[in-house]
Amino acid sequence: MIAEKYAKEIESLFSRYPADQRKSAVLPLLHIAQQEYGYCSEEAMQEVASIIGCDPTHVRGIAGFYTLYYEEEVGKFVLEVCNDLACALRGADEFIEMAEGKLGIDLEGTTEDGMFTLKNVMCLGACDRAPMLQCNLKFHEHLDEEKFDQLIADYRAKAAAGDNEPTVVDKILIQTHH
Amino acid sequence: MAHVIFRHRDVENIKELDVYVANGGYEGLKKALSMTPEEVVNEIKAAGIRGRGGAGFPAGIKWSFMPKGDGQKYIVINNDESETGTFKDREILEENPHQVIEGALIAAYAVGADMVYCYWRGEYMDAAYAAEKAIKDAYAGGYLGKDILGSGFDCDYHNHFGAGAYICGEETALLNSLMGNLGQPWSKPPFPAQAGAYHKPTVVNNVETLANVPPVMVNGADWYANLGTDQSNGVKIVCMSGHVARPGNYEVEMGKVTYRELIYGDEYCQGMRDGKGFKALLPSGGSGPVVLPDALDGNVSFEGLNAYGSMMGSASVIVMDEDTDMVWAALKMTHFFKHESCGKCTPCREGTFWLEKTLHRIMEGHGTEDDINTLDRVAHSMQGKCLCALGEFAVSPVIGTLKHFREEYVSKVRQLEAVPAD
Ligand SMILES: Cc1cc2nc3c(=O)[nH]c(=O)nc-3n(C[C@H](O)[C@H](O)[C@H](O)COP(=O)(O)O)c2cc1C
Ligand code: SF4
Ligand code: FES
Repeated sequence: MIAEKYAKEIESLFSRYPADQRKSAVLPLLHIAQQEYGYCSEEAMQEVASIIGCDPTHVRGIAGFYTLYYEEEVGKFVLEVCNDLACALRGADEFIEMAEGKLGIDLEGTTEDGMFTLKNVMCLGACDRAPMLQCNLKFHEHLDEEKFDQLIADYRAKAAAGDNEPTVVDKILIQTHH
Repeated sequence: MAHVIFRHRDVENIKELDVYVANGGYEGLKKALSMTPEEVVNEIKAAGIRGRGGAGFPAGIKWSFMPKGDGQKYIVINNDESETGTFKDREILEENPHQVIEGALIAAYAVGADMVYCYWRGEYMDAAYAAEKAIKDAYAGGYLGKDILGSGFDCDYHNHFGAGAYICGEETALLNSLMGNLGQPWSKPPFPAQAGAYHKPTVVNNVETLANVPPVMVNGADWYANLGTDQSNGVKIVCMSGHVARPGNYEVEMGKVTYRELIYGDEYCQGMRDGKGFKALLPSGGSGPVVLPDALDGNVSFEGLNAYGSMMGSASVIVMDEDTDMVWAALKMTHFFKHESCGKCTPCREGTFWLEKTLHRIMEGHGTEDDINTLDRVAHSMQGKCLCALGEFAVSPVIGTLKHFREEYVSKVRQLEAVPAD
């Protein structure tokens, strides 16, 4: 339950918005819930609705609207390769094919060990550094086959060692300047 | 010329508060606080800063639409930056964040707001995590919070994250998204200055627009108005991507640099990748019509591509070489718009669906002459019928490539006809 686990932080989240506008926290709360539950499961969305005090239907609608919320289970690391026009002009589609081959999955697929999900996404604002991808919202740029192998190896090692990188929760709740 | 916006390229570590302050940072805010709010608005009006989010609306005039008097008002910084080919606002906020914070504070003081929300596309969360230090330091340094620099002016600043939706860059969709509603536009009026965030008067400005504000306060409106052209004052960040040797962001004085110089100039992209020939470019991501080699003599300014039937927009320049298949490029862009259509109005939702489907058929080699006519018909039937500009942008890839590269479409469908029927 994120309500208990992050009680203090969630309170500070609400304090950023007018007191009668709890709904404003729906996007950050969904980011946090997704991190905790692995994806925007029914349970996760129910919990967000109950924290805000709104109808779960509203939260479901919001979650369905945005591409960063996953409505189905995903791997521990979600690799989202941009293959929008500017990246595609610099080899993004070929990069995706290579990645599919290495991971043994198609786009939208997850590796058998549950470690990686591969997706393609629209422009991520890093077109000058294509091919590029984001992994759990961290950008990896100027990629090629060799760097991809390294990246996969690094993430596997991190998972084995217990990943201590700042999480989405950290990034959203970092604002402690008040 | 020293950079006006990309000061991090001249001053190392300007993202650090002490370095920023040691190099004239927050002097613009001090100057503003010594003036009346009206005087600040007039200074920005006189400078003629036009919005850098694409539409080019004068910032000072936008600010002057805000109602006078007390009452809650907001400044919202638009850092949704999701147009294909755009990556300038991220560099500004990552490398020179205080200039944006300072610009937003000056705007807040000028219109009587005491709260700034910076709306980041969710994918930039990592960049925001780094930029967060600037906010913390600004609070600690007395530039944010209560009684800023002892002036009695209070202002808070918060980051807010989207979650992957290009439409949330449209200002009313952005405000809906901030308020926790579905991120769809509303039909204006009401304009944000009348009823924006939480139905209170709100100024929505692009990151780059606000970064232009502090140098104007420091150097004066005349200095700024003397940069650029009559209709386009100041400098512009141009995002260069695609088939160039050195893609990246470049800061240029408006009206002084042509697209040819941007591509071939030594200080810019240093030519086409692998020495290929130039074919065409999209000057404004997918939103502005494609232009041909003759437009390379056009300059970067709001009016610089008028003669070539296109526009600068947010200056996201996607360059394509001689080997580029323009039907493929049109499909890529159309897919983007179909994916990003918010679905609120039928012409945009259905139109982008049919455009993509038809383009796909042509690309797969199953197209007929009739499909080309369908593209024409669907695109023209969408024009002028959509609630927001996304629907208008969405037809641009198809209309532009049909106009200039119709023979590429024809060759794809003819290929099919050449296959003997069984
Ligand atoms: C579909 C669509 C997407 C947009 N995306 C952005 C964006 O990412 N950033 C931005 O500043 N403006 C964007 N705009 C323009 C905004 O609606 C608005 O004009 C702008 O934020 C105003 O700021 P400015 O006057 O400082 O340019 C977009 C507009 C449309 C129609
Ligand atoms: S034009 Fe498209 S994106 Fe804009 S409101 Fe209509 S459906 Fe939504
Ligand atoms: S097109 Fe891929 S990051 Fe912009």
